[in-house]
Amino acid sequence: MTDFNMSDKSDSPVQRILSWVARLVVSFAVPLLVFVVLYFGFLFLRDSNAPQIVITISAIIWGVGGAAALYWVTNWVIQRTNGIWRKRLTPFMFVGPAIAILGWYLMLPTLRSFYLSFFDRVSENFVGLDNYIYVFTDPTMQTAFVNNLLWLVVGTGGSVLLGLIIALLADRSGFEKVAKAFIFAPMAISFVGAGVIWKFIYAYQPPGYEQIGLLNAIVTSFGGDPQNWIVMRPWNNIFLIFILIWLQTGFAMVVLSAAIKTVPNELLEAGRIDGAGEIRIITSIIVPSIKGSIVTVSTTILLITLKIFDIVYSMTNGLYGTEVLASQQYKQMFKFLHYGRGSAIAIIILLAVTPVIWYNLKQFGKREVF
Amino acid sequence: MKRLQVLMSVESTAPVEKEEQLGKKIVLSKPKSQRQKTLVQKILVNGFLALICIIWTLPTLGVLVTSFRDRDEVVTSGWWTSFSDPGAFTLRNYEQVLAGQDYSYTRADGTVVSSRGDNMLNSFLNSITVTVPAVIIPILIAAFAAYGFAWLDFPGRKILFATIVGLLVVPLQIALIPILRDYMAIGLNGSYLGIWLAHTGFGLALATYLLFNYISTIPRSIMESAFLDGASHFTTFTRLILPLSVPALASFAIFQFIWVWNDLLVALVFLSGAGEQVEVITQRLLNIVGTRGQDWHLLTAGAFVSMALPLVVFFALQRFFVRGLMAGSVKG
Repeated sequence: MTDFNMSDKSDSPVQRILSWVARLVVSFAVPLLVFVVLYFGFLFLRDSNAPQIVITISAIIWGVGGAAALYWVTNWVIQRTNGIWRKRLTPFMFVGPAIAILGWYLMLPTLRSFYLSFFDRVSENFVGLDNYIYVFTDPTMQTAFVNNLLWLVVGTGGSVLLGLIIALLADRSGFEKVAKAFIFAPMAISFVGAGVIWKFIYAYQPPGYEQIGLLNAIVTSFGGDPQNWIVMRPWNNIFLIFILIWLQTGFAMVVLSAAIKTVPNELLEAGRIDGAGEIRIITSIIVPSIKGSIVTVSTTILLITLKIFDIVYSMTNGLYGTEVLASQQYKQMFKFLHYGRGSAIAIIILLAVTPVIWYNLKQFGKREVF
Repeated sequence: MKRLQVLMSVESTAPVEKEEQLGKKIVLSKPKSQRQKTLVQKILVNGFLALICIIWTLPTLGVLVTSFRDRDEVVTSGWWTSFSDPGAFTLRNYEQVLAGQDYSYTRADGTVVSSRGDNMLNSFLNSITVTVPAVIIPILIAAFAAYGFAWLDFPGRKILFATIVGLLVVPLQIALIPILRDYMAIGLNGSYLGIWLAHTGFGLALATYLLFNYISTIPRSIMESAFLDGASHFTTFTRLILPLSVPALASFAIFQFIWVWNDLLVALVFLSGAGEQVEVITQRLLNIVGTRGQDWHLLTAGAFVSMALPLVVFFALQRFFVRGLMAGSVKG
C-alpha cells in the first residue's frame, strides 16, 4: 500500500527528494480538492434558487457523499505514511470525528452554558447569580417548576402504569399483536402532530352551538355544559399531560411486555398451585421480576418529560399557566433573547439529569470487558 | 417429578384425565366453577383491552376522517356524523394543503370569502432533505467510532468511551445557545449542513454506544483472516464489519429517522430566520396551528401529511424500531 518502497535504491538523492516532495504535494492536494468541491457544494445549496426537488436530491448526495468522502480521503492520506505513523493515526481517523463533534456539540456547550448563565442578556456583563435568582423567584418560572413536577409525576407514572396494565392484559388476550400495534402507533407521531390531534378532541364551541370536539360532544350528550378544556386552570395541565401519556404508553408497554415474557413459567405455575389469584400473581411475582425494566422505562420517560417542549408550545404556547422549564428556556432564548436566563434554565435541566449520568457511569465502571 | 407430585397432591378436585408417559404434559380439566370464572376473566380482559385500543385510536381516526370532509361540514358537525353520507368525502383539503390552492366558503352572513391554502409540499421535501443525511451521517461516524473503540488500541480509549457514556443523557437544551452563537459567527445558521451537524451531535452518543455494543461482540477470528490477507483496518471495517452490522445499523436508523422527522426544537432554533425556503414539516404545521387554528379542514389534512411518512416507516419496519428502542432506552 505504501509508496515508500517504490523508489529504487539506485535513485540519486535529488530524485528521491523530488519524488518525496511530489508525494507530499499530492497528499495535500487531494484533500484540498475534496474540501474545495464540498465547499462549493455548500455555497450552491445555500444560495441556489433551483426547484426544491433538485435541492433535495443534490443536498442528500452532497451531505452523505461528503461525509463518506472525508473518511476516504483521510484514509488515503494515512495510507501514504509509514508503519509507526500509520499505527498512530488510524485510531484518530476512526474515533476522532465522533469525539470532535461530541466535544463541540455536547461537552463544551455544557461548560459554555454554565459560563453564560452568570452573564447578562447579551453575555457581556458579569451579573453573578442574578439569573439563578430570577429563575427561582419569577412567578412564571415558579409555575413552570410546579407544572414540570406535575408532568414528571403524572406523565411518567401514568405512562408506565398504563403500559404495564396493557402489557399484562395483552399477554392474556386473544389479539395481543394487533392491540400492541394500535397502542404503540402514536410513537411515530410528532408532538406537534399529536397537538393537532388532541386540540381537535378538546375543541370548544360556546353552548348552543354544535360541538365538533369529541370530548365536549360527549359531555353535552350527557347533558353537561361544554368546557374550554385548554384554558381551564389548573386542570388544563392534566389535559396536556394526557397527550404525553398517549404518546409514551406504547413505549412502556413494548419494553415491559418483553420483560414479562421472560418471567419463568415455573414461578407462575408455582404461584397458581399455591392458590394465588391472578392479581396476587401479578403483584407478588411478575412486578418484582421485572423491576429492572420498570426502572429503565421510568427513567427514559422521565428524561423525555423533563425536556418536553413541543406539546406546550403548540397547544397553548405556555399561556393559561401551562409553562414548563423547556418552553421557558426556549422563550428566554428566542423570544426575549436573554441568553443568561436561557442558559441558567438549561443548567437546571442538566442538574436534574445528573443522577442518571452518574448512574450510567457507575454501571460502565462495573463493566469488566472493555 | 417433583412438580408432578405437587400437582397430584394439591388439586384434589381435579381428576387427572390423561397420563401417557412420564415427562409428557399432563392435562387437567378444571372444575366447572373455575371454567366459568376464566370465561368471565377472558371477556373482561379482552373487553377492557379493546376499550383501551379504541380510546387510543379514536383521536387519530377523527383527524383522518375530518381531513376528507368538506370545510363547511367540518365546522358545523362532529366527524362521527359523517358516516351517514360517505359520498361527501373529498380530497380537496389535501389539494389545498399541499399545493396552496385557493378555497372559498360562505360566511354566516352570506358573504363569500376566498382564502389561500398552504404549501406543505415544499416543507415535506425539506424534511426529507434534513432527515436523510441527519440519519446517515451520525450512523457513519458512530460506526467508525464504535469500530475504533472495539478493535483499536490507543491511549485514552477507556476515558473517551466513558465520556460518551456520560453524554448519553445530556439534554440538548444545554447546547442550543452556545451552538447558535457559533453558527451565527460562521454562517451555518439556517443551512442544511448546520442542522445535519446538530442532529449528528445530539444523536451521536447514543449511536456510538449502541453500535459499540454490537460491533464489540463480533468474533475476532472473523477479522484475523482479513488482516492475514493484508487488509487495512479501513478495508476490514468497510468490507466486513459494516455489512455484518446491518441489523444494528437499521435499528438505530429507524429510531433516528422518527426522532429527526418529528423534531421541532432543533429545527426552530437552527432553521428559524432562514424563511420558508428551509422550513421543515413540523415547523410548517406549527405555523398553520398558529395562524389558522380554526381551519380544521386544513389542520387535519396538514397533520396527516406530516404523519404519513413516519407512520408508514413505523408499520413497515416496526420490528427494527422496537429493537432500536429497547437497546437505546435512555436517550438524552
